[in-house]
Amino acid sequence: MINFGYARANDVADAVRMISADPTAKFIAGGTNLVDLMKQDVERPSRLIDISRLPLRSVEETADGGLRIGALVPNSDLAYHPLIEQRYPLLASAILAGASQQLRNMASTGGNLLQRTRCAYFYDTVTPCNKREPGSGCSAIGGINRIHAILGASEDCIATHPSDMCVALAALDAKVRVTGPAGERVMAFADFHRLPGNTPQTDTNLHPNEIVTAVELPARGFAANYSYLKIRDRLSYAFALVSIAAALELEGGTIKEARLALGGVAHRPWRDTAAEATLRGQPANQASFARAADLLLRDAKGYEHNAFKIELARRGIVRTLTQAAQATPQSQSAKKIR
Amino acid sequence: MAQTSTERSKDKLLAPDKISVAMTVNGAEARLHVSPWTTLLDALRDHLDLTGTKKGCDHGQCGACTVLVDGRRVNSCLTLAVMKDGADITTIEGLAANDALHPLQQAFIDHDAFQCGYCTPGQICSAAGLIAEGKAKSADEIRELMSGNICRCGAYPNIVAAIQQAMGMMGGKS
Repeated sequence: MINFGYARANDVADAVRMISADPTAKFIAGGTNLVDLMKQDVERPSRLIDISRLPLRSVEETADGGLRIGALVPNSDLAYHPLIEQRYPLLASAILAGASQQLRNMASTGGNLLQRTRCAYFYDTVTPCNKREPGSGCSAIGGINRIHAILGASEDCIATHPSDMCVALAALDAKVRVTGPAGERVMAFADFHRLPGNTPQTDTNLHPNEIVTAVELPARGFAANYSYLKIRDRLSYAFALVSIAAALELEGGTIKEARLALGGVAHRPWRDTAAEATLRGQPANQASFARAADLLLRDAKGYEHNAFKIELARRGIVRTLTQAAQATPQSQSAKKIR
Repeated sequence: MAQTSTERSKDKLLAPDKISVAMTVNGAEARLHVSPWTTLLDALRDHLDLTGTKKGCDHGQCGACTVLVDGRRVNSCLTLAVMKDGADITTIEGLAANDALHPLQQAFIDHDAFQCGYCTPGQICSAAGLIAEGKAKSADEIRELMSGNICRCGAYPNIVAAIQQAMGMMGGKS
């Protein structure tokens, strides 16, 4: 780790002032990803601005029947929060599918959104990586790319976003509340993370001097019919090869509303509203689910080591939608997939 | 006059001031003077000589560095000491009450829940956190919520058995 300075922000306005005054500084909250990246010399901030003591730790009900989650609510507290367990069990399940309990105790809600890819070349400072060193090239495209993207990738970057929590937030149509020098704004979750294009060094549409203050959930929680299925190389404490968040509203055997988002397959949580639209009004059966999977994967592209992900995703989508329709969500502790 | 290379490298090495931090560590007040980049793990081991907490991967992947901060288990290798000013820290050295082993320590001995022992302080602190959380009941749930602690000797079945014994003895309280 390089030497760096340290300062503590007292309130949100203070934090925005401090980051605006020093373009080489970075915010730190849980630190689970940033400290690791600093040990690897991938991140080299001149100064850390500690935002961990800001008053952003509450989960509050909003006037429209939804919830506002403070950006510093730890991942573990959020997963076990009674309102999340009861009304948004898809979110609770996805959070518990990620990391370890120690890391979930440390990691913040806002930080989870802002974590960087786990592409090994991004971490390896002696190999080219357009995300770490713009213009240097992508080592993953012709390298070991088993964990990489099959959707929305570019010639410059095939990295994936590593979060599980964000896949559920995408499916649930969350919003992200941010504050910057120009004031506060609210972003749709779909607009928060971006595809790599020819600027993979930029993960999100957050402006440089903005801070995430809250994540907001709409009233609709899909608590009756949901499932989060995560496929990985070991049963726990590993990043997804493919993960699927599925949520349905059923009327009899007919799909009234559907949500479908994937993790581990793209530079951002991959939600496909066209695939969701083909499910509406259809019977909740295997044939409908397979059609949605085919549509979602219509432009999927495999590389040397990850082409298996396309078929894995196809089967995973059908399985997860089936689990959701049958109200038998995937357990995150009993690992048998039913 | 141009700077010599020695002077330049001195400039580069100018370190930001050290910062005073006060913590309660295993029930005792500890005052530290640390650099911003000193992790809680290094502060415990190198500043306070509490070497029970182990440095395994130093990247949050193995759990050997697990300690309790304000009663919650965390990876001390990814925690900056300056950010824990005022915190209450419990390490493996702080679990036993006087001469009586903590129920988890006794259970790990009873079940032979280790071979080389390097991961054991982290396993036991993590298990203490797990019991305090009260979320794990079945063996599956213990395995899942202990997955942040890797044991390369493969003592997992014995670790799960030890935690189940301690959980029964402690009535779910840490």
